[in-house]
Amino acid sequence: MDSYIAIGYGQLALAALLIVVNVGISIGLRLGLERSLAIASLRMVVQLLLIGFGLEWLFSQENPFIILAISLVMASVAGIAAVNRTSRRFPGIYWNSLLSVLVSAGLVTGLSVRGIIQVQPWFDPQYLIPLLGMVLGNTLTGISLGLDRFMEEVNTQRNQIETLLTLGATRWEAAHTQVQSAIRTGMIPIINSMMVMGLVSLPGMMTGQILAGANPIDAVRYQIVIVFMIASGAALGTFAVVLLAFRQLLSPDHQLRLDRLRPEK
Amino acid sequence: MAQEQALLSIQDLGRRVSERWLWRGVSFNLHGGERLGLVAPSGVGKTLLLRSIVWLDPVQEGQITFRDRDLKDWALPHLRRQMVYLPQRATAFPGTVNENLQRILKLQVNQHSDPRSNHPPSGSIPNEKGSKKNPSDPRLLPWLQDLGRSPDFLQRQAQQLSGGETQILALLRALQLDPQVLLLDEPTASLDADTTDQVETLLHDWLREGDRACLITSHDRQQIERFTTRQIDLREFR
Repeated sequence: MDSYIAIGYGQLALAALLIVVNVGISIGLRLGLERSLAIASLRMVVQLLLIGFGLEWLFSQENPFIILAISLVMASVAGIAAVNRTSRRFPGIYWNSLLSVLVSAGLVTGLSVRGIIQVQPWFDPQYLIPLLGMVLGNTLTGISLGLDRFMEEVNTQRNQIETLLTLGATRWEAAHTQVQSAIRTGMIPIINSMMVMGLVSLPGMMTGQILAGANPIDAVRYQIVIVFMIASGAALGTFAVVLLAFRQLLSPDHQLRLDRLRPEK
Repeated sequence: MAQEQALLSIQDLGRRVSERWLWRGVSFNLHGGERLGLVAPSGVGKTLLLRSIVWLDPVQEGQITFRDRDLKDWALPHLRRQMVYLPQRATAFPGTVNENLQRILKLQVNQHSDPRSNHPPSGSIPNEKGSKKNPSDPRLLPWLQDLGRSPDFLQRQAQQLSGGETQILALLRALQLDPQVLLLDEPTASLDADTTDQVETLLHDWLREGDRACLITSHDRQQIERFTTRQIDLREFR
């Protein structure tokens, strides 16, 4: 599969010049984003180069425990990052997110790798790691959106929730509309992207496979599997994290525990 | 009266906020027929005490007994429908006033325990959609009349009501459950003088109808003296 043009460091530098557009807009309109742009660009390049070398090493590994350990680290980073995108905190929020990511991404990736794609051996890092990474990235988005929405709604609709509680509602009756709304929010991005996939957007992984010389139909088939994995992973993760947050913010005594909710410092 | 079992019994209740006791050793009994006034300046924790009695807020020490059963032995939804706390700032749900009332009747705890839910509607409410499916409480129209509202009030959009009208809605929403105890936090704070009189009269009549009692806070000294049978000052428990 040498049917693609390898990119050298000089070409990377050329591509980096494109960020000048962003810097120009930021300076021109005084958006104050120059510093963030510089840091983000640098981080992106360094992180990706490192992962490139890392993957080269990783793909040569044959010990399932090393690969599982790497997967665990990836999932943990996703779990923490999901919380860091939200604007409020409650005790245990990181554990809730971590647990949701691990269970949802683990289940979906595991089932797909073993049951659908039937990779041999199941831990073959060339399949497991990229697939897991894609599921994690989208689960992270779903979790952070769902979690943020739930905390936001419980906070803004505290009076409605408490009014229901004072009139005999159980905690579920009092707050299930906020749970629904949060889970819906977490599931919508993937639905939206599925709607226009192939029409407006060509998914990155599929494009990558095609650039690397794969048969477009094969690439599309992979993409379809991945999109379904992503959709179920995001749904499961959002569902889990919102329910766990619900249990933290609405106590078994049917109290709304907003005292547990703090704005992010 | 003193020998009779209290509906609500509070013993040595204490609430700590950070390291400071807001109140401590709060003890009193509330008997059927009583209208107990809870007085204290702002910031002493009257609202927190009312919220704690229905366990919306935790307390750090003490015991609450409702109808001879410790609060911990109550399923809280059952407790709260029989001892309703009405917050100072009433909240309306989306929909009409009538839909607001119905929504509460649909809660699990109110599905079986409302003895009146099987009664056929006696007063028909004009222009009401789905009135066959959800028979309206026959007491609603007389209550509205007592409060100087026309039956149209039930069809108003609840979230567009004024603060005072929302308080009326909240009162109706609670009364329809037939609670035994009402915990009223400034129930007439946003009402005009006439409506305040009407609310007091309605509450008076309502309390007389059974073994019922209420606990009320108000910044209106005259209202407390006019309406209550007894008062306690929360400052005694600091």
